[in-house]
Amino acid sequence: MPVKRSDKTPMPVHDAQLRAHDFVEVNTGYTPAHAAFEAERCLRCQDAACVDGCPVNIPIPDFIHAVAAGDMPKAAQILRGANPLPSICGRVCPQENQCEAQCHMLKRFNPVAIGHLERFVADWERTQPVTAKPNITRKEKIAVIGAGPSGLVCAGELARLGYSVTVYEALHAPGGVLRYGIPEFRLPKSVLDWEIGVLKAMGVEIVCNVVIGRTIKMDDLFENMGYAAVFIGTGAGLPQFLGIPGENLNGVMSANEFLTRMNLMGGYKFPENDTPMKVGKRVAVIGAGNTAMDAVRSSLRLGAEAAYIVYRRSEKEMGARVEEYHHAIEEGVDFRWLTNPLEVVDDGNGWVSGLKCQKMKLGEPDASGRARPIPIEGSEFVLPVDNVVLAIGTTPNPLLTRTTSGLMTNKKGCLVADESTGLTSKALVFAGGDAVTGAATVILAAGAGKRSAQAIHEALQQAPVAAH
Amino acid sequence: MSQFEIVSREDFSEVTYLLEVRHPQMARAARPGQFVIVMLNEHGERIPLTIADFDRHRGTITLVIQAVGKTTKQMQQECRVGTSLFGLVGPMGIPTHIGKPKKVLCVGGGLGVAPVFPQARALKEAGAYVIGILGFRSKDLIFWEDKFRAACDELILCTNDGSAGMKGLITDGIAVALAGHADVDECVAIGPPVMMKACADATRARRIKTMVSVNPIMVDGTGMCGGCRVKVGDDVKFACVDGPDFDGHLVDFDDLMTRLRRFTPEEKRAEQRWSDSCRMPQPPAMRKVGEDGLELPDPSEEALGG
Repeated sequence: MPVKRSDKTPMPVHDAQLRAHDFVEVNTGYTPAHAAFEAERCLRCQDAACVDGCPVNIPIPDFIHAVAAGDMPKAAQILRGANPLPSICGRVCPQENQCEAQCHMLKRFNPVAIGHLERFVADWERTQPVTAKPNITRKEKIAVIGAGPSGLVCAGELARLGYSVTVYEALHAPGGVLRYGIPEFRLPKSVLDWEIGVLKAMGVEIVCNVVIGRTIKMDDLFENMGYAAVFIGTGAGLPQFLGIPGENLNGVMSANEFLTRMNLMGGYKFPENDTPMKVGKRVAVIGAGNTAMDAVRSSLRLGAEAAYIVYRRSEKEMGARVEEYHHAIEEGVDFRWLTNPLEVVDDGNGWVSGLKCQKMKLGEPDASGRARPIPIEGSEFVLPVDNVVLAIGTTPNPLLTRTTSGLMTNKKGCLVADESTGLTSKALVFAGGDAVTGAATVILAAGAGKRSAQAIHEALQQAPVAAH
Repeated sequence: MSQFEIVSREDFSEVTYLLEVRHPQMARAARPGQFVIVMLNEHGERIPLTIADFDRHRGTITLVIQAVGKTTKQMQQECRVGTSLFGLVGPMGIPTHIGKPKKVLCVGGGLGVAPVFPQARALKEAGAYVIGILGFRSKDLIFWEDKFRAACDELILCTNDGSAGMKGLITDGIAVALAGHADVDECVAIGPPVMMKACADATRARRIKTMVSVNPIMVDGTGMCGGCRVKVGDDVKFACVDGPDFDGHLVDFDDLMTRLRRFTPEEKRAEQRWSDSCRMPQPPAMRKVGEDGLELPDPSEEALGG
């Protein structure tokens, strides 16, 4: 089918009716013909604004040019030089707010599908043998706390700079939100494992089952274990609850619990895997960010007959990626906009039987700049559901700051860190990603990890011997 | 990979067993009241277990486990000296605050006897007069009586059937202790929720500060999921990072017990599936002739018998 040059070349996907009940990746990826065609749409701007829109500043026109020329090794090399996790970012970045939002094509047409092309190149690279090798040329050892996107990118950059790096991860498998949060149908774990394999091939050591602050004290990393600098990428994994009546009932879960059971523990394959995961016939997910979309789409795949998004604002204020939202609609998710949960209703035996809600209308913009939802009196109703999943946001985990002296946090519990370097209130301790910003995106975390790696490099060159 | 290697094992009864696991970092870091998350194999679930003891010289921690479901039964079958756990992380949770109490009751019910031990020992070392109260269903389930005798100034042993110590529930033991001592200023109670609830009720009238160690369902154990949330007074707390010790007079035990039943049908299903697979006929070479010299039954016959 011919595709007009003004449109993005669409991403091939699995049929919505079939995929809504399995965990196979929804997007099937460009064919070489798709990629060549889409790459031709790039205008090769002199002043490529797309690069500024990318938090890790990938030289986008260069790699797209290589794709158009059919030089895949070059395209892959350009991509990997800027972003240690291309096959992940190509899948999960909200490109519509980043690189693609700056594309000059957007002035009149649709932007170039930069994300789809990034994914195409990275997927090609995964069919090739891993060529990365350790390159330890410096004596300093660096510890990275947390194997999520910011920690992995920081470790990868430091390894490239010649440092010996150890990543400490509290869970039994690395990846952070890429492992426990983002489901298989959006990011196959085999893709994540491959990317982590590249980092290991570069000499990055990943030690799981270690909680810094508990198993090893942060100060011990410097004093007894000889690390010259530390990067904190512990994320924002502490789930928020609404504080409404009935929230402790059986059948109410945080999205983090729901997704961790399903993704990290493989609960969608229970009883093949031991961690139980189930949903009832009707599931309400509260919130409208990417986490909410992941939970609601997973509910359908786990066998729910009805899966609702309950959101107190409207479609316009929703935080989820456009692509995930469209996929959710196609799969049959029922969206209840301007609906505010008031109470989880008890079935009399300690289980959920419904969600009492109130209809809302939009008023003037609030502190967040979004229209403020105002309750409509007398509009209360009960949505009959068996499960309620709360996807209303997360905050940084206080475990590390509670067990470490001298680490400053703000009133939201986020680590205070210099914006350009990530330096915290503690000498030679840097931080980035959600631990600093609160819940944000994978690519912003990756960008922060990359910047801190550079800052650590500069700090160590100025003061090669750690004065701790 | 010899990470998290099991260096010794002891079986206290048909259902209770002890594993001592090598983990020098954790042995150094562990404090009384803390717990670990264990994963048996890569398909396994993450289960919380209280650290029952730790030995900094040997670089080991000790877990006492009761075989109650799929994972703990499978561990009972597969964890031998020389084997390793797939995952072991900790020490998790806030260590018990060992202040300067003058006279303390250390109450352990059933498996709860194990986690109360490091607290009793630490309290004794801090100079307290420690009255241990241990409750078991019957004589053959008793373990660590000797360890407690060494760590306590007094020990009251209760069995439900009277087969050892005094006959009665653990609350009867508490009543005896309180009758003999008017100046008890603290109580630590660990065991099944219903027992901890009864202990909290027993000390409430005398306003004796009573700390309990709650045991809700956990997944990660690091504060990221809230699966372990418990109602404590007017607050909702995450047991894994805010606890697991809480004021027993404030904990909503009924809520805790309801939440512990969240996955009961799935737990039964997993256990059934596992025990069915264990009952598959074994190859004849694996079978031993019984000591009484009787011939073993025909494997196919046993398989038919289910």
